[in-house]
Amino acid sequence: MSEAAMPLYEVFIRPKAGLSHKHVGSLHAADDDMALNMARDVYTRRAEGVSIWVVQSKLIAASDPVDKDMLFEPTASKVYRHPTFYDIPEEVGHM
Amino acid sequence: MYAQALDQKDKAPSRIEDPVKLAAFEAHCAADDKIEPKDWMPEAYRRTLVRQVSQHAHSEVIGMQPEGNWVTRAPSLKRKAILISKIQDEAGHGLYLYSAAETLGVSREELNDQLLAGKAKYSSIFNYPTLTWADIGTIGWLVDGAAIMNQIPLCRTSFGPYSRAMIRICKEESFHQRQGYEAVMVLARGTPEQKAMAQDALNRWWWPCLMMFGPPDAVSEHSETSMRWRIKRFSNDALRQKFIDATVPQAHFLGLTIPDPDLRFNEASGHWEIGAIDWDEFKRVLAGEGPCNRQRMKVRRAAHENGAWVREAALAHAEKRARRKQAAALQAAE
Repeated sequence: MSEAAMPLYEVFIRPKAGLSHKHVGSLHAADDDMALNMARDVYTRRAEGVSIWVVQSKLIAASDPVDKDMLFEPTASKVYRHPTFYDIPEEVGHM
Repeated sequence: MYAQALDQKDKAPSRIEDPVKLAAFEAHCAADDKIEPKDWMPEAYRRTLVRQVSQHAHSEVIGMQPEGNWVTRAPSLKRKAILISKIQDEAGHGLYLYSAAETLGVSREELNDQLLAGKAKYSSIFNYPTLTWADIGTIGWLVDGAAIMNQIPLCRTSFGPYSRAMIRICKEESFHQRQGYEAVMVLARGTPEQKAMAQDALNRWWWPCLMMFGPPDAVSEHSETSMRWRIKRFSNDALRQKFIDATVPQAHFLGLTIPDPDLRFNEASGHWEIGAIDWDEFKRVLAGEGPCNRQRMKVRRAAHENGAWVREAALAHAEKRARRKQAAALQAAE
């Protein structure tokens, strides 16, 4: 049972025109064409999408969960980046 | 069911975890936050999930066999198309689940080897034979019905990839259950022979379906930790009771009799009460002595071996095309 392992692919589907591709899962395939065919069979049996992206998992660079606080926590204190931070008199109205 | 793995004894030595990390992890679970693959997790959590998710995947894959038995003998083109779609879904469910298990750091090849070597288990239910066409309808109604009972709470399980796979699966499982009930309904409303066939299938599948939920809570070894870590959200007995309360009236609607002389409705509790489950049979089937255990493994191994040349050829083809592309790029550069 010492077969060569098939590369792992991540699958992204665009549910319909106008929406962005969204990660739906992964699969193993020998190459890009077979990964696309298999993604179609495995992830779109019920009209889930109109377009598929597949990419080898090893080509994705990802942030490390350990760095989560360092990367994302600073935004929590920057409340002035949100429109609700500013008090504008009611009669001025919204744009 | 497919959560039978949670009732198996964890044989690996327990590791002493970092108390600070463990406390943070448990607080995370208690708050119903999801755990993602790269987050810190206790070794026992990882191990339990690998066992649970892979057993679930194996069950989906082996579960294609009892149904595949009737593809060429389905009574109409419509029923054949439905059955093929359902079997294709089972393959898909197996693939979603293997992918979820792999995010825990185990390879597809390892998982497959464990199944083929008989080291990994799959749901006890798939070791029973499909003797008549009525079995196919009954499997959809009861086996997939039990799967839904079990899997809806698993949509909220703490491990993100498992939870996401379960959400997809539950959407598709509803079709499986409804087509099954409808197929049994056609038989129950048909000729006396057809009705007898539906009753016979119910007689054979009822008790094995109740066993799918696993041993009674009193003897289930893992429930407490699995519940605290939000891997499992309801006890075996609670889910089994829910299933009984839902399906007994469905059988009566069809004019079929539940094969249990002790079955009675408790007016005070509002629940259907059943007679004793034969847990010795359950243990025998799990230990490999069910009616079809050997056949299921033999077919699975043969399918894997007979597909080896296809996997080899696919890899060789991919390699050849990559080489050609590289050569063409080199030539263009010159």
